[in-house]
Amino acid sequence: MMSKKSIEIGVGLFVLLGLAGLLFLSLKAANLASFGQRSGYVVTAPFDNIGGLKVRAPVRSAGVTVGRVTGITLDPQTFRGVVTLEINESVKFPKDSSAKILTAGLLGDQYIGLEPGAEERNLQAGDVIASTQSAVVLENLIGQFLFNKAADGGDKK
Amino acid sequence: MSFVQALGAGVLRWLAAFGHASLFFKDLLVHGLQAVRRPDLVIHQIHAIGNRSLVIILSSGLAVGFVLALQMYYALVPYGATESLGLIVNLSLVRELGPVVAALLFAGRAGTSLTAEIGLMKAGEQLSAMEMMAVDPRSRVLAPRFLAGVISMPLLAVLFSAVGILGAWAVAVGLIGLDPGNFWSLMQDRVDVWRDVGNGVVKSAVFGVICTGVALYQGHETQATPEGVAYATTRTVVVSSLAVLSMDFVLTALMFSTP
Repeated sequence: MMSKKSIEIGVGLFVLLGLAGLLFLSLKAANLASFGQRSGYVVTAPFDNIGGLKVRAPVRSAGVTVGRVTGITLDPQTFRGVVTLEINESVKFPKDSSAKILTAGLLGDQYIGLEPGAEERNLQAGDVIASTQSAVVLENLIGQFLFNKAADGGDKK
Repeated sequence: MSFVQALGAGVLRWLAAFGHASLFFKDLLVHGLQAVRRPDLVIHQIHAIGNRSLVIILSSGLAVGFVLALQMYYALVPYGATESLGLIVNLSLVRELGPVVAALLFAGRAGTSLTAEIGLMKAGEQLSAMEMMAVDPRSRVLAPRFLAGVISMPLLAVLFSAVGILGAWAVAVGLIGLDPGNFWSLMQDRVDVWRDVGNGVVKSAVFGVICTGVALYQGHETQATPEGVAYATTRTVVVSSLAVLSMDFVLTALMFSTP
């Protein structure tokens, strides 16, 4: 027969473990908060249209994940979407690098593709990536295609 | 005419059994709340019901997470949507598999031992002896077990889901080589704490009431013979599994019918 003390300790551990599981489900596997930040430097990039980009989406260069999107806000003056990127400390990019919003697969999630520029100085914390390319919005693309098609048809007649 | 009589007798017997079970259940609820005043008894039962079920719950959760991740990966590859693997595993575990499978395992692991224990107590006339000593066996024996089951079940279901998600993460990131950021970020984007995690916990609490209630009822109503205890133990598993599965459908329809 186990002693009363060890039973109480066992039950205490069980309840703590259950609460830890609940905390894990709420914080790490659901939308209550996000933790587990890695160290890196933060730069911002304004986009005309960010499409379906989400916070915590990966930042990739040549397909290799080098950072995360940490925030998305709307600039009230220019009405552009300002994306905050956290890039790993170990990777340095030239100051004139450009950022694109790309899609993983046809229906996949969107991520940021960084293309390194040629300048000698590197991006530092707080810098702004000036040259950006917006997300491709499928509706605009189809609209444009239909418009061009109609224009072509008109010419032929 | 004898057919009509048999039908009527059957319905009446069923109604009587149903009423008997309902009264027993009401007693359990009333005495279960009073059992809060005897925490040492409840803690002892949580140890017997919860702690001892931990190993089977954790190992099953891990196995379900592994398998779910592998199968979902094969199904998602043709659509190039493998980054939603974590989301699918998370939603299916937190909403359905966690509460339901944990409840089925709980019925098999803890429910049967409750039924056998109460049944043998009854067969050995321990319950009658308690009544002779003016100790109410409902508040001394049944209520602490009921409360312990209702407390343990949500904790076990939450642990089942958490371990399953960790298992899926291990397979997706370690074995298949998916991006861990996408795995977590899609989950955090699409899984809601109250709607998904919260409703899963509510479900498992309801299943805890069902499983423990059925196990105690079957033990309390057992025939005081070896065959009777064996039969009651079997019925515990069958009745609580069916009750959990049908209640799960009702709860899912109520909780998740709107997108």
